[in-house]
Amino acid sequence: MTKAQPMTNTGNRRRGPIFWSIVSRFAPLIFLLVLMAVFAILEPRFLDPTNLFNVMRQISITGLIALGMTFVILTAGIDLSVGSMLALAGMVAAAVAKGSTGNTLSLGEDDAVGYGWFAAMSAAIGVGVLCGLIQGLGITRLKVPPFVVTLGGLSAYRGLTLWFSGGGPISGFEAPYRWWGQGMVGPVPVPVILFLGCAAVCHIVLRHTRYGRRVYAVGGNPEAARLSGLSVDRILLSVYVIVGFFAGLAGFVLSARLNSSEAVAGIGYELTVIASVVIGGTSLFGGQGSIMGTVVGATLIGVLVNGLVLNNVSSYIQQVIIGLIIISAVAFDRYVKTRQVR
Amino acid sequence: MSDTSPLLMIDGVGKRFPGVVALDNVSFTVGRGEVHGLLGENGAGKSTLLKIISGAQMPDAGTISWDGRPVAIDTPQIAQALGIVTIYQEFNLVPTLSVAENIFIGREPLRFGAFVDWPRLEREAREITRRIGLEIDPRALVSELSVAEQQMVEIARALSVNLRLIIMDEPTSALSETEVTRLFGIVRALKADGVSVMFVTHRLEEAVAICDRFTILRDGRLAASRDAEGLGIPQIIELMVGRAASELYRRPQRRHGSGAVRLSIRGFRTGDRAGRARGTLLRGIDLDVRAGEILGIAGLVGAGRTELARAMFGADPIVADRIEIDGNPVDLRSPRDAIRLGIGLVPEDRKQQALFLQQAIRANFSIAALDRFVGFATFVDEAAEAAELDRFRRMMNVRMTGPEQKISNLSGGNQQKIVLARWLALDPKILIVDEPTRGIDIAAKAEVHEILDELAGRGIAIIAISSELPEVMAIADRIVTMREGALTGEVAPEEATQERLMALMTLNAKRDETIEGRIA
Repeated sequence: MTKAQPMTNTGNRRRGPIFWSIVSRFAPLIFLLVLMAVFAILEPRFLDPTNLFNVMRQISITGLIALGMTFVILTAGIDLSVGSMLALAGMVAAAVAKGSTGNTLSLGEDDAVGYGWFAAMSAAIGVGVLCGLIQGLGITRLKVPPFVVTLGGLSAYRGLTLWFSGGGPISGFEAPYRWWGQGMVGPVPVPVILFLGCAAVCHIVLRHTRYGRRVYAVGGNPEAARLSGLSVDRILLSVYVIVGFFAGLAGFVLSARLNSSEAVAGIGYELTVIASVVIGGTSLFGGQGSIMGTVVGATLIGVLVNGLVLNNVSSYIQQVIIGLIIISAVAFDRYVKTRQVR
Repeated sequence: MSDTSPLLMIDGVGKRFPGVVALDNVSFTVGRGEVHGLLGENGAGKSTLLKIISGAQMPDAGTISWDGRPVAIDTPQIAQALGIVTIYQEFNLVPTLSVAENIFIGREPLRFGAFVDWPRLEREAREITRRIGLEIDPRALVSELSVAEQQMVEIARALSVNLRLIIMDEPTSALSETEVTRLFGIVRALKADGVSVMFVTHRLEEAVAICDRFTILRDGRLAASRDAEGLGIPQIIELMVGRAASELYRRPQRRHGSGAVRLSIRGFRTGDRAGRARGTLLRGIDLDVRAGEILGIAGLVGAGRTELARAMFGADPIVADRIEIDGNPVDLRSPRDAIRLGIGLVPEDRKQQALFLQQAIRANFSIAALDRFVGFATFVDEAAEAAELDRFRRMMNVRMTGPEQKISNLSGGNQQKIVLARWLALDPKILIVDEPTRGIDIAAKAEVHEILDELAGRGIAIIAISSELPEVMAIADRIVTMREGALTGEVAPEEATQERLMALMTLNAKRDETIEGRIA
């Protein structure tokens, strides 16, 4: 190995790394812009502002959860239960809003007194936080791997949702509730504002606070973090609470947007969410990644779906293409990273 | 059997790594049915030599002859085909498989060319284990065996192939006295069968008891290769240590006076439940460290130096009768406790235990002292952080481009300075440095030594652990030696010689006086 690095090589390498480190830093963004350019050429309607806001609204639900998932993956963890947490939180929010737990068919509009959107949103977030807390405790106290704990959560929270709702939806909310999913501020959909606002907060927390530094440290080298006096378990616990918070919030927003909470909401969301984070350049091994990357990753998936729909690609083939693009985006990121000097 | 030509002949073998000459022109022979001791200090090149003979690494220079014919041992498979089997300190067993499966792993007897012949596998495994006096069920899982039994399984596996030379790296370090006796019985039996044994050990009494011939390495060169007859322990130590080594490090002229006892520990030992999994057991250590002194801890690999360092930092669970800092009893159960009490640890393995390689220098520097740099809410005051980092950069002459540079792009010496700065930012009372100059170049070593000296001058109690004796002798105000998890002696640096320290580090306590008497 050492023989393969004669002195002449170092000269060539010196110019390369700077170029590649810039490319590497913006690899997901470059990929996104290229994709957008391709779709814009194929179908000019793609660049229509209404269409672009539509894309952003579509990604805002999974995007919100992906923000929380970024914290988890930065610690080299994973949360597979986000779709189920979202459904449970949405269902509880609906029940609080309607002042009833169950079967809407038997209830007239005025049979029960609801508690308003704020109580509903708080309940949804509370449910998410509680679900995350339980899983975080399982991971840190019982030392069960995150994959297993949240795989259990995936099943258990879905079961709770079905049991709580009796299997059916809870639908028909008042206007202030629906505003969180359907409203607009000027030309911008409310969920998009919520998503980008939360992204900004998460970015600042991760980059500029003591807590953020500790998340990166625990993810990058847990043993060194422990020997630096960090409570590794407390940090790990906190990231599962954070992803629970966002799954809860997303559950509320989705319910507001559809004007209905469904027991089957969010099935398979974990894949889109994890894909958003990973495409955004966050390492599954922990310690490396950013919120900016996740926003780009989530957008990339949204753009892809939208662009394929606009180009009349069959929804079956769409899934194939999405799978291939996920792999190529990450492969591109890896390729660029190996070009840098370590 | 009566063939007197050597089985293995090493001629002029050399091996370089970037920046280090691990082996330089080493020549010796191993005879048939000979028990050959390979000795040397830490870093003398023993491991590299073993790896070359067992096919794990290739030499850059020299030739190896086997049975009188030159051979190229490029892979472990070639070594095995020649009949060379190596038993490393870290056993090469699969803990979740049975004894029989481990013995015949990859060579299981088959039925119809596809199905494992379980009865035959067990029968043959039983025959082999009986041969070496190992009375265990071949169906037992390896994970349930003691260390000594696992070693026997390794030997049994070696016997199940065409065995000509068995290399054992520190085979006795984890064994009790009776187990050592049993192992030596097996070694003698192998020898009687014409098998050669190469034996690497730090325990000189044992080496003298069993070996026919010795090869002693020093700084990658051959110090001697000769028959055991007429070679006593004092001569061996002298050959291992050499004379020139003590010139490597210069003691600073100015020594600081030490103050009151800062850290006092009594009865430090590994608990019954904890610590079994890794490392050497600590067996009741009493130690006082004074403010402003550098206490050097010397010991060979496996003596328990690192375990002691980690225990003093609360990193591993231990039992202690009493721990006092500045005369007050304290509770020390975690690194958090240690840091709160003003203790810092620069760990042995920088990459695994200290650095966040993906992060910038800034983040690596401030991680332990973040509370100090927190301004409004929990925001990190990045200006204060950068200013403090810059102060340490100047103080320690760290060569870096800026706080956002990745720490992985710094040299080992500069990385180590950042790790030191991490603790200095907390203004510690006690600083434990485990192998502070491992893997860093000579110039940076001297700089690190100067930094430690200056810190002690400011009243910090420093505990410095090093496997390089000249380093310990150069920086310490007081040296204690360790062996097998216990302290074996204390020497003032003026009186310390490498021979004397080596004797304290390698010999049984009961024999210390006689040996020391002989050396003096």
